[in-house]
Amino acid sequence: MSLQATTSQTVGPYFQIGLARFYVDDLTGPGISGEGIEIEGCVFDADGQPVPDGVIEIWQADAQGKYPHPESLEELGSIQENDPRIKEHPRVGPAEGAFRGFGRVPTQPDGSFRFKTIKPGRVPAPDGTLQAPHIAVSVFTRGLLRRLVTRIYFPHEPSNAEDFALKLVEPGRRHTLIAKKLRDGRLEWNVVLQGKNETVFFDC
Amino acid sequence: MGNFSGYRRADPGAQPNHLHPAYVSSIKRAPSKPLVYLPHTLSEITGPSFDSSMIDVKASDLTRQHHGEPLGERIIVSGRVLDEDGRPAARTLIEVWQANAAGRYRHNVDQHNAPLDPNFDGSGHTLTDEQGNFRFITIRPGAYPWRNHYNAWRPAHIHFSVFGPAFATRLITQMYFPGDALLPFDPIFNCVTDEKARNRLISIFDWETTVCEQALGYRFDIILSGRDSTPWGK
Repeated sequence: MSLQATTSQTVGPYFQIGLARFYVDDLTGPGISGEGIEIEGCVFDADGQPVPDGVIEIWQADAQGKYPHPESLEELGSIQENDPRIKEHPRVGPAEGAFRGFGRVPTQPDGSFRFKTIKPGRVPAPDGTLQAPHIAVSVFTRGLLRRLVTRIYFPHEPSNAEDFALKLVEPGRRHTLIAKKLRDGRLEWNVVLQGKNETVFFDC
Repeated sequence: MGNFSGYRRADPGAQPNHLHPAYVSSIKRAPSKPLVYLPHTLSEITGPSFDSSMIDVKASDLTRQHHGEPLGERIIVSGRVLDEDGRPAARTLIEVWQANAAGRYRHNVDQHNAPLDPNFDGSGHTLTDEQGNFRFITIRPGAYPWRNHYNAWRPAHIHFSVFGPAFATRLITQMYFPGDALLPFDPIFNCVTDEKARNRLISIFDWETTVCEQALGYRFDIILSGRDSTPWGK
């Protein structure tokens, strides 16, 4: 290692100017299969006040558990064809058609945000198991000098019990990562930056 | 299992803590509990990508987005996006945003009593080339007051958002200008203890980037986390 990663700085209050062009609140589209879902939530500060100047980015696999990323192919390239992992993890490979896996939305004046997407499939974990379906999340707000990294998991999902990342979290806090099902089928997942029910954030 | 390797973690001292009380907005927004260490999985070593079809080629020249020319000092900012091992981040999306020459953002929350410039939006983007190079033409942004403490002023800066190859390499930072008298007083610039790391946020005046009779040039290289040399499970 000869260089050192550039110091992170806050997005500040005016990120809309720079980030709005690539806002994506709907990851679904023609040729993208899977269970359509809507995730909505709110970002709160230590006082329970909504955070109106944040931006949430998501990154997720398609319904088959494939990421639209060359890494998937590179990894496949390093695996021999008779490798048992091919059978175990057929999910390593290119994602489906137009699926881009990326979403970005600003929080609204009431702190709320909303994505329309599809439920991701399971992807491999480093220990050889499959991870429970999840969405990787970056949270940027005025006041945060570095992004916060967290994950959205799904309710009533038996695979949550053996998930690689959830198992790293103390049991009493895991619920902050699992979305709640609302009456009409939509999912609610909130971000509490600090305090009671503080969301679990990862060192990533 | 296999050949997966993660990305290196933040260098303490070179990356800010979430809580930095001198930056008052961090006090109610920084998490109070320790972060949970997450070994990188396929979810973190992959990440979004953007291709040229999504890019407006005119978006790298912030001085040509309207009929008239923006007011202020035209500058060129060039640099490379590399990882810690010096490998270029090719075809990665860079987004920039900034105040105009008078220190005003085109944003409804910005109430600073300085004029908007009808010919300047302060927004740009581009993809790096195969060698990780980028180049923006813009206007030198002005300093502006904020309410962090009495008589607080932000030094002139340009916000940079970069993706790199993976979810783990995502970075948002700010570029400053050499010799800015406000730098020693800015709690955001001074958010890390490592002075060398801090000073790398200051662009370098650069004759190579400067264009004769056109614009002064500044160089700003952006370094993203490098790949860990030890693959998992080995």
